[in-house]
Amino acid sequence: MAASLRALRRRIRSTQSTKKIFSAQELIAGARIVRAQARVEASKPYAREITRVLSALASSASLDHPLLTEPENPRRAAVLVITSDRGFAGSYNVNVLRRTEELLSLLRQEGKEPVLYVVGRKGETYYSFRNREMAETFTGFSEQPGYADAQGVGEQLIAAFTAGLDDEDGDAGADGIVGVDELHIVYTEFRSLLSQVPVAKRMAPLEVEEVEEFDYEREERERQGDGATEIAPSYEFEPSAEGLLDALLPKYITTRIYAAMLEAAASESASRRRAMKSASDNAEELAKNLSRQANQARQAEITQEISEIVGGTDALVSAGSND
Amino acid sequence: MATLQVELVAVERKIWSGEATSVIARTTEGELGVLPGHAPLLGQLAEGGVVTIRTETGEDMVIAAHGGFLSITERGVSILAETAEISSEIDVERAREALRRAESEGDDPDAVAAARRAQSRLRAAGASD
Repeated sequence: MAASLRALRRRIRSTQSTKKIFSAQELIAGARIVRAQARVEASKPYAREITRVLSALASSASLDHPLLTEPENPRRAAVLVITSDRGFAGSYNVNVLRRTEELLSLLRQEGKEPVLYVVGRKGETYYSFRNREMAETFTGFSEQPGYADAQGVGEQLIAAFTAGLDDEDGDAGADGIVGVDELHIVYTEFRSLLSQVPVAKRMAPLEVEEVEEFDYEREERERQGDGATEIAPSYEFEPSAEGLLDALLPKYITTRIYAAMLEAAASESASRRRAMKSASDNAEELAKNLSRQANQARQAEITQEISEIVGGTDALVSAGSND
Repeated sequence: MATLQVELVAVERKIWSGEATSVIARTTEGELGVLPGHAPLLGQLAEGGVVTIRTETGEDMVIAAHGGFLSITERGVSILAETAEISSEIDVERAREALRRAESEGDDPDAVAAARRAQSRLRAAGASD
């Protein structure tokens, strides 16, 4: 009996200390969400401006940039998956990876070979455990991505895309590098603190409609009648419109990757906070149950001791009366 | 007096916005001065370039902008940059240090880009030799 009481007490202690870890994680994640949301907000003016510039450019220039035109026979499609570096985030990674699998099988059905680019250690482990080939992995910044990180990823993807321009039927073209014909991205969209949804989007070739849809604020201004002067002023370009498009499109793609990473980071923290909240609630519940059991065990021990003493005195008394 | 509505945005944050009387920038084609009423224009800023904004109060604000674009509409001027720093925020010693380091690394494209950035930072801070 005494042994089990000691075991119970030890379990209570360890449950309580893990609970402390969980609630600390919860608090950290909570603080990170706020920061991540602030960063999402802070990155919006740039995204808005670059979209406006691009729409202006798209309406004036002839759109024959490779990032804008559909390849005739797409063979390979790059898929960028954004996962987290650490676990402790509930179903966050599972959801993103499941969405990715859906996209991959869709691409295969369309006769395209998917090429994986993975951000985050969790995604990397998932695919390397399954012996799936990854073109490139990027780790170490999933919680607080900087623009430089997005640039690193963007450069790789755009390089692969550029290399894919001269490929024919899956063979490397003149440059000897097998590239990709499409760019997709899968990340977790931060809708609210309670809802984060994994989404898959195509980044390239860009659809210009998509660009305009993205520019919601301008649409709003136009609805309010204030945008009358906004209608496609005829721009002058320095250098040429094509030159600008060349310089601008890769930046636009990078901006979108950056925005996706920021959203994913906010979602990750939100998932983690929720997971840690329920973990610490569970730990508390467990500790409560364990301490009930411990109390019972202690009470049982005392009762037994009393009955032993009483039994002992009874035995002595009856032994004495026999004399 | 007519003014320009100027917005200076970097990728990670909006750096400055307000009224200005003129903006001077260098695009890949050459130096460019913008006064109120300028024709709409889209330009790519020269690498390692410096943008000067003359604010309403007549102060000059010098900015080191890297990898940027300039968009002029009837509404005003927006300057988009991957990174941008206002001269008053630039740490001259650190920029010098970065320049030295980048130059010692030779012809590596990253080092060259870093050197350009450091140079434009120094130029914006008015400390280039």
